[in-house]
Order: sequence, then structure tokens, then C-alpha cells
Amino acid sequence: MIKKFFTIVTILLFALMVLPLIRQIVPFTELAPVAASYAENGPDELGAANLVTSVIVTYRGLDTLGEVTVLFIATAGVGFLLRRDEENETDKAAEEPTGSDGSLDEAGTAPSAESAHSPRKASELLCSGSMLLFPLLMLFGVYIFLHGHLTPGGGFQGGVVIASAFLLLMLARVSFHLNHFVISFVESISGFAYVVIGVLGIFLAAGFLDNRILPLGEFGSLLSAGAIPLIYSLVGLKVGTELTNVIATMKMKPAHPDESASDHCPREEEV
Amino acid sequence: MTLVTFIGFALIFIGIWGMLTRKNIIRIIIGFSIIDTGIHLVMVSIGYLPGRTAPIITSAVDKNTAASQIVDPIPSALVLTAIVIGLAITALMLTYAVRMYRERTSMNIDDYKELKW
Repeated sequence: MIKKFFTIVTILLFALMVLPLIRQIVPFTELAPVAASYAENGPDELGAANLVTSVIVTYRGLDTLGEVTVLFIATAGVGFLLRRDEENETDKAAEEPTGSDGSLDEAGTAPSAESAHSPRKASELLCSGSMLLFPLLMLFGVYIFLHGHLTPGGGFQGGVVIASAFLLLMLARVSFHLNHFVISFVESISGFAYVVIGVLGIFLAAGFLDNRILPLGEFGSLLSAGAIPLIYSLVGLKVGTELTNVIATMKMKPAHPDESASDHCPREEEV
Repeated sequence: MTLVTFIGFALIFIGIWGMLTRKNIIRIIIGFSIIDTGIHLVMVSIGYLPGRTAPIITSAVDKNTAASQIVDPIPSALVLTAIVIGLAITALMLTYAVRMYRERTSMNIDDYKELKW
């Protein structure tokens, strides 16, 4: 009862706090000066049709680099907190009903105490659907991040679509193994190349992460806007691999490594 | 104040209420996500200008008069950043939830009293 009272009081106090903000919101009729200058100079200066992209990748490029870094640290945190070896140390985990394990077991040495129940096989619908949709989702993700400077979309959105393709594959195939070497290689290379392109901007153009290190090209075509498509492709690859890693880390591992050989889906593929 | 701003603030309060009253850790995380969504809506609605279109130069928006035809691109860019960070934080919180469940086999927040005073 007293708890409920305090909850209501807290919400009311919070409402009081934001009330001036709510009342002072006046709908703009003109763009703010910074936004107006981006809108006037952006298309000619950077050559990107999508102004949101030119703000994210170039004008506020440093923020985006920080954002990618935050995502990387969060991914590293997920991987660290759900790491595998901790499973072998504590027997407490063996008693819990869900045998959720941190990471994929590449060596196939599942702690036997974990395998209280075996995961259900995926249905025919999910298997066939994932085989049909996986290439389409990959293609769509690549399309989204390649056209980030022309249409709504960009590296983060495309990366999430790619990660969802891998999620579908992991749902359909219980024994799906992710090749961690390829994933971490792509992730490291794309992160590294992003910073290298940023530093090249200092020497070849006006400053860090300037996109004019490459020719701007014809306005509105795919190969335009200088380095923006390149940077967004790298961001897309990085986000896609990072989120795939998160999903793989959170995924439950197959109960018995031998059982997973009798997977419902006809084929297995290494990615 | 537009309808979207109102819905955004309503979602923020619903999220706070959920975080304060729910006992299940997963539901607290869902409450956080609702607050997140509400803040995104408020930010996007602040950058909205009535009768204007998306900040993308196409056949519908002329390059030279773009400043009078488009909505503010900066809040959109900020919200894009905020969505990604929100996703990362939610993933990290769910990971903590998994770890806590492994320790105590409980999702009830009342079972974790270490940080209570």
C-alpha cells in the first residue's frame, strides 16, 4: 500500500518536472539555424541525397564513431558476462531448468549436467522459410546499407536486417555453428577501416571523417557522396556481425552434440 | 503539442510506472524499453514541421529550396543513434538478467537485496 503511494507520488513528481517542457513546446515553423544550413549546403557540399545520412556520417561523424564504440563495448560486455568457462566452474547452474549457455560450443564439449532437456526440433515451415528468406534478407540488408545516402536506411538498419537473417537461421537449425573467426575478422577489419577512412580525411580533405576523400560523383547515383557509401557499408558489416555475435552468445546450445547431427533441416552450412 | 508528443510522454510515464511496480526483472527491462520508445517519439515530434516532408532530396524536394520543404534532419539523426544505444543497453540488461537468474534461480527483484539500504 505504502509502496503504491510512493510510486504514484514519484510519477506525479516526474510529471511536474516535465510539465514546463510539455507546455513550452511550440511547433516550429522554420528549421533551426543549424538544420537550415545543413539543408542548404549539405547536398552540394557532401553530395548525399539523404540529409539524415550526411548529418550522421559526416557532420556528426565523430558521434557515430562513438556510437559504434558503445555498441562494440556492449557486445563485449554481453560476451564477457555469458562466457562459457564459467559454466564449468559453478555447479549451481546445472540445477536450473533452462540450460542456457553463454556461447556456442565449437569443440562440442557440452557439460553433460546442462543437458536436462533437449531442444525441440524446428518445424518444417521454419526450416523451409529460413532457407528461402536467408539470402533475401542478406541481400536486403546489403541493399539498405549501400543505399544509405540515397534512401531511408543506412549502416545500422542494414546491419540489423543482416543480424535478423542469422537469427532466423539459428532458430531453424539447432546445431547451427557460427564461424567465430570469420565474424570477428570482419568486425575488426570494418571497425579498423572506418577509423582509417576517418584519419585519411584529415590528410586528404578538410578534417576527421570528411567524406570528400573520394570524388563526389553524380548527385543521386549509387557511387556518389564520396566516402559515405563506403563508411556506411563498413558500419553495416560491423553492426551486422556484432549483433550476430550477441544473438549467438545468447543462444542456447544443443543439449547433446551427437543429437544435433540428426537435425531436422536437410543441410548444414558454415557461415 | 501534437498527438505524437502526447503519446511519447504517455509512454514515458507508463514505462516509469512499469519499472516501479513490476517485480519481474524481465518486465522491468520491458518498462525501460517503453521509456526509450517514448523518448524517441518525443524527440522525433520536436523536429517535425507541419506540412513538410522527409529530409531526402528526391524528385519531390528541390535541392535549392530544400530548407523550406523538409523537416529537421538533426532529431532524426539523434533518434537513430538513441535507438542503437537503446538496443545495446537492452541487450546488456538482459545479459545481467540471465546472470542473476543463474545465481539465484529467481527473476523476482525482491530476492536481490544486496544493493538495498
